[in-house]
Amino acid sequence: MALNIIVLAKQVPDTRNVGKDAMKADGTVNRAALPAIFNPEDLNALEQALGIKDRFPGSTITVLTMGPGRAADILREGLFRGADDGVLLTDRAFAGADTLATSYALAMAVRKIGKYDIIVSGRQAIDGDTAQVGPQVAEKLGIPQITYAEDIEKISKGKVRIKRRLENGVEVVECPLPLLVTVNGSARTCRPRNAKLLQKYKHAKTITERQVENLDYIDIYSSRPYLNLTEWSVADVEADPVQCGLSGSPTKVKKIENVVFQAKESKQLTDNDMEIDELLRELIENHTIG
Amino acid sequence: MNNIFVYLEIEEGTVADVSQELLTKGRSLADQLGCQLEAIAAGADLDTVEKQVIPYGVDVLHIFRDKRLSPYTTLPHTSILVELFKQEKPQICLMGATIIGRDLGPRVSSALGSGLTADCTSLEIGNHEEKKAGKTYENLLYQIRPAFGGNIVAWIINPDHRPQMATVREGVMKKEILDPHYKGVVTEHPVNEYVKEADFVVAILDRHIEKSKVNIKNSPIIVSGGYGVGSKENFQLLYQLADVLGAEVGASRAAVDAGYAEHERQIGQTGVTVRPKVYIACGISGQIQHIAGMQDSSIIISINNDPNAPINTIADYVITGEIEKVIPKMIKYYRKNTK
Repeated sequence: MALNIIVLAKQVPDTRNVGKDAMKADGTVNRAALPAIFNPEDLNALEQALGIKDRFPGSTITVLTMGPGRAADILREGLFRGADDGVLLTDRAFAGADTLATSYALAMAVRKIGKYDIIVSGRQAIDGDTAQVGPQVAEKLGIPQITYAEDIEKISKGKVRIKRRLENGVEVVECPLPLLVTVNGSARTCRPRNAKLLQKYKHAKTITERQVENLDYIDIYSSRPYLNLTEWSVADVEADPVQCGLSGSPTKVKKIENVVFQAKESKQLTDNDMEIDELLRELIENHTIG
Repeated sequence: MNNIFVYLEIEEGTVADVSQELLTKGRSLADQLGCQLEAIAAGADLDTVEKQVIPYGVDVLHIFRDKRLSPYTTLPHTSILVELFKQEKPQICLMGATIIGRDLGPRVSSALGSGLTADCTSLEIGNHEEKKAGKTYENLLYQIRPAFGGNIVAWIINPDHRPQMATVREGVMKKEILDPHYKGVVTEHPVNEYVKEADFVVAILDRHIEKSKVNIKNSPIIVSGGYGVGSKENFQLLYQLADVLGAEVGASRAAVDAGYAEHERQIGQTGVTVRPKVYIACGISGQIQHIAGMQDSSIIISINNDPNAPINTIADYVITGEIEKVIPKMIKYYRKNTK
């Protein structure tokens, strides 16, 4: 049994290293100002997909991402680790999308891809931490969802058995195909890049990248079709532009505030014995501790 | 019509703390808006839910009683909310930012085409002026949350779509009984008119609940570590201090991400919100995400080698120094001077 798997992945700014120019005036994120990485839990999701492919040879994995042109990096990263194909959904009309407009666009792209048995994605992306896009894509496609998955344990007779995280425990559930699974960070980590695949796919490009970079060895893209990364616009996936991007987003950012803490008058101490002893004496005496 | 709805999370007949907290918040928002507060209970063992929630000021409790609705699975609970909301047209819907709320919320919001904001740390009512369109919206729900790794705070609104949906983590809002004798109406709904047979596609084969070993939420003293602690080994110092003080150990997200501490110890917007008597922050710089989860602590002590760490501005005591030096000294003095 060979399965068709789609991995939803997102290129995210590394929010651990945010500078001052990270936000635009309209309250959306200025992604260009930040280092971009493969969203960590999407890598956990990719690993689950690769695990299925190991068990069912002949299965195919397509990585689907929405973002600006440079998000093609995510697709190459997926190919280096064992995915078979990549699709970049990119269009100015997608910009400024909230989770609902994002899930609409992704669901349209999934429909365009056509055949799928399992869609996997990370539980949430580190830039928004919403965990909403996975379930919303599932709803738009009318398929069941299993969130917070830790392991896709078994697939047989059209049913999938999945171990998933609960608030204080775990649950094992069974669900018929097709379905969407969001994978938790506690799932096993993704295998590293494969050296052979890196060689094979290092020149994989979208059509825009080839045009921009004016590649002189352009012939290889006709002789090696696997180097062509698919690039789709709003029109390519037959999406309604009004439902995409900022206009398709019910949530709006009213304002963004820089963080100003209510400053307290604090006692300043150094680490010398006397000062620390004095602090503890005070806290013990007024019954704060002890 | 146009009321505030709170989805109740129920485990073995008991309504979750987070749902009770949202009822208190929902009640105050309803008073501001001059509307009613309604609650939804879907499950099997619901006999005492009325007694548990009406005193929070619930005007209408919607009951959906069916064995198949417990334990929670996505699709039947989604169908209930979607169908009920089509009839009742709530203006606001609140859910816990729990595994259930974060599974159910987006599915419902997608089905209704309404906006949802995750992990809010504050909810307020206010107006909004759309200058370009020359339009003013009155009494919107401001859904306020740190965003972007906690570097900023975003105020989110849903001007044109209803319900305005938000999830909130446990411990962020305070629960408070409004009136033990509050009068609310209980409505039992026929589940089969809301839920299709096909909604029960997911079977739960096995379920294992562990009582959490960590209880930072109710601990009066918390020793908490950040990325600045430096290593998992150094984190042991925090456990030693916690041990002598009778405290729990907490951690910032950066420390959890670095593998220094377990996820269940995470304090902040995407972790637990705490209000202890004493909060000892060790090597925590103090991103807003973290501050959001501990700023109501009575006394904050910051130990940091960086005198300019942002957390120092909200600390009552700032110890500038290395935790490897400071903590052993604290332990030594405490041991010597208490029984």
